[in-house]
Amino acid sequence: MTGRGARTIRVDTLARVEGEGSLYIKLVGERVADVKLKIYEPPRFFEALLRGRHFSEAPDITARICGICPIAYQMSAVHAIERALGVRIDPAVRLLRRLFYCGEWIESHTLHVYMLHAPDFLGYQDVIAMAKDHRAVVEKALRLKKTGNRIVQLLGGREIHPISAAVGGFYKTPTTQQLHELVDDLEWALDASLATVRWTAGLTFPNFEQDYEFVALRHADEYPLNAGRLVSNRGLDIEAAEYEDHFVEMHVKHSNALHSVVRGRGSYLVGPLARFNLNFDKLPEVARKAATDAGLRPPVKNIFRSIIVRAVELVFACAEALRIIHEYEPPATPRVEVSNRIGVGQAITEAPRGILYHRYALDENGLIVTAKIVPPTSQNQKRIEDDLREYAAQLVAWPIAEATWKCEQAVRSYDPCISCATHFLKVVVERENVRKDIQG
Amino acid sequence: MSSKSKHKPRIGVFKFASCDGCQLSLLDAEDELLAIAGAVDIAYFPEATRAMSKGPYDIGLVEGSITTYQDAQRIQEVRRHCRTLVTIGACATAGGIQALRNWKDVDEFIRVVYATPQFISTLKLSTPIAEHVPVDFELRGCPINKCHLIELITATLAGRKPNVPTYSVCIECKRKANVCIAVARGVPCLGPVTQAGCGALCPSYDRGCYGCYGPMETPSTVSLTSQFRILGQTDSQVARAFRGFNAWAWQFRKASEECERT
Repeated sequence: MTGRGARTIRVDTLARVEGEGSLYIKLVGERVADVKLKIYEPPRFFEALLRGRHFSEAPDITARICGICPIAYQMSAVHAIERALGVRIDPAVRLLRRLFYCGEWIESHTLHVYMLHAPDFLGYQDVIAMAKDHRAVVEKALRLKKTGNRIVQLLGGREIHPISAAVGGFYKTPTTQQLHELVDDLEWALDASLATVRWTAGLTFPNFEQDYEFVALRHADEYPLNAGRLVSNRGLDIEAAEYEDHFVEMHVKHSNALHSVVRGRGSYLVGPLARFNLNFDKLPEVARKAATDAGLRPPVKNIFRSIIVRAVELVFACAEALRIIHEYEPPATPRVEVSNRIGVGQAITEAPRGILYHRYALDENGLIVTAKIVPPTSQNQKRIEDDLREYAAQLVAWPIAEATWKCEQAVRSYDPCISCATHFLKVVVERENVRKDIQG
Repeated sequence: MSSKSKHKPRIGVFKFASCDGCQLSLLDAEDELLAIAGAVDIAYFPEATRAMSKGPYDIGLVEGSITTYQDAQRIQEVRRHCRTLVTIGACATAGGIQALRNWKDVDEFIRVVYATPQFISTLKLSTPIAEHVPVDFELRGCPINKCHLIELITATLAGRKPNVPTYSVCIECKRKANVCIAVARGVPCLGPVTQAGCGALCPSYDRGCYGCYGPMETPSTVSLTSQFRILGQTDSQVARAFRGFNAWAWQFRKASEECERT
C-alpha cells in the first residue's frame, strides 16, 4: 500500500482521563473512514446490583460509580428518591447541597483544567513535567483543588466517597462557625479562579467550531446544580420525569458504555459549554465579567475552549460557595424523617461533566425494584465521535504522532469520565500505508 | 536505598474494575504530590500522564478487581513487572461493590444493563487481586486513606512494613471520645468488626459504620450479628449490612451467608 491507502490514528490507552478507553480513527486518503471511541473499562452493573437494596443505601453505592464525581451521584440519587417518596427538604439543606456540589466542581474542574488538560496546550506529558517549568502555576492549582476538597471534607467527612449525604438531608450538618472557617480560603480561591480564566484565555486554540445541540439544566433563579428544567438550544424544555421520552440509549458493539441520543435528532453535548451557553444570564456578575473580559460570549461552539469555560465555572463555584456561607443558618434538623412507600422518582443534576440522570422504583419496604442511571460521558460519547470525524479531516496531512496528540486533546476537552460511562477511553488514528505499525 | 542505586524508584499505577477513586487519592495529596514526584519516578500512571514507561517497576499500585478474562491475563503481566505489588482499596483487596454479582446470575445482570448482551464479555465473579497473583501488601478502604498511601510509599522505599492500623473502628471512636451510637442510640454499626483507618468517620457523623475498610484481623461477626438482631434488624437487613463494599472478603461473606441460611 502506498500514500493513498488507509492510515490509523490510534491510542490504545487514552491518558489523563478517568477510566479506561481507546480511540481509533481510520483515514483513507483525505477521508475519515471510521471513528471509534472504544470503552473497554469493565462493566460493573450498578443498575442491576442496586435491585433489592434499601433506598437509603443508594447514595453510598452509586457514589462508587465514580471516584472523581461521587457527589454528583449522591445528589442525583437523593433527589430522585425524595421525589419517589414525596419528601420535601429543608431550604437550609438545599443550600448545603449546593455548597457541597460547589466543592466538587472546584475540585474536579481544577483537576481537569490544570492537571489533565493544560499539559496538552503547553506540550507536556503531564502536570509533573509541567511543574518543572511552571511551578507557581501548579502550586496554585493544588491549593485551589484543596479548597474544593476542604468544602467536601467538611460537609461529607472525606473527599472521595463522602459519607454524610442522606435521603432527606445530611447525617450531620456543619455549624456556622465551621463554614466561616472556609471563607479566607474561598476568597483566595475566587481570586485564583479569576486568574485561571485569564491564564486559560491566553492559551492557543485550534479553529474548530461545530453546530451542537447543547443540553443542560436551567433554573429560574440560579446557575444550575441540583435543580431546574432540562433545556436545549433546539427547543427542548422538559422535566426530569420526561427524560426517557426524549432521550434513548443505544448499545454499540465497540463500547461497554451506552450511546445516548436525542430522539429524532442524534448526538448532543452536555457539560460546561452547554451550561454556559444556556445559562450565561444566570452567572453571578463576577463570573460573567470574567468571561466577557476573556472574550467569551455565548454561544461558544469551540470544544477546545471548554477549558476557559471550566475556569469561569470555577469563579461561579467560589462566588456561590461564599454567598451560601454568608447566608447560612443551620436547618432545624439535619434530615427530615423518611418512611418506606411505593413510588417512582427521577432526578437530573449537573455533574462537573454534565447532566446525570437517575430513576428509581421503590417497593413498600423501601427496596429498589429498578434503577436507571445515565451518566454525562455516555451522553457525550456519540458527540465526541462526531467531533473527531470532523476534526480528524483537518489533520489528514499531519504526521501521525502530532495528529494523535491533537485528537487526544479534543477528547480530553470533554473531561470524559469512563468509569462513569461504563457503568469508557484509548485514541487510535490509522492510515493504510503505515498499517504495519499498528498492533492489536 | 543502597548508595549504589542512583535511579529514583519507579512507581506504576494499574487499574482494573474500579471507580478510579483510590488512584485519585495520590492526586488528592495536594500538599505532598510535588514532593512525592521529586522522590520517585511516576513511570506508569495513565490517569495522570501520557508518558507510559515500560517496567520493571519498584512499586506497583493496583486498583480494581478482576472481572474479565483479559484482566485475569493482564494482572499476571503486571505482577511480573513489579518488584513490590500493593493493592489499593476495597475492589483490589476484596472484589469491591461489583462482587455483589458473585451471588447472582451475571448473564441476567448483563441483560438488565445492556440491550445487546452478546457485545459484553465478563467473568461470573469479581475477585480480589490476591486470588490471582501474590500480593505484598494490601491497603484497605473504599476509598483508601491518602495518608496510608503516603506512608506505604515511604515505608516501601525505606524497606520497612507500612504502619497502618489492624484494630477495629471502635478504637478510633474511643480515641475521638465519640459516644457509642450502637450502645447509646441503638444504631446498627459495623465498627466492632471493621478495620480502622478512616478515623471513625461515620460514627463521628451520627451514622453507623458501613464497613468500607473491610474486616479487621479477627472480627467477631457472630456476636455482632446477634447484637444486630437484638437491635431489631431482620436477617435480610443484617445480610445486606455485611454485603457492601467488602462483601467478598471471606469473614463478611461468611457472615452474610449465615444470615441467609437462618
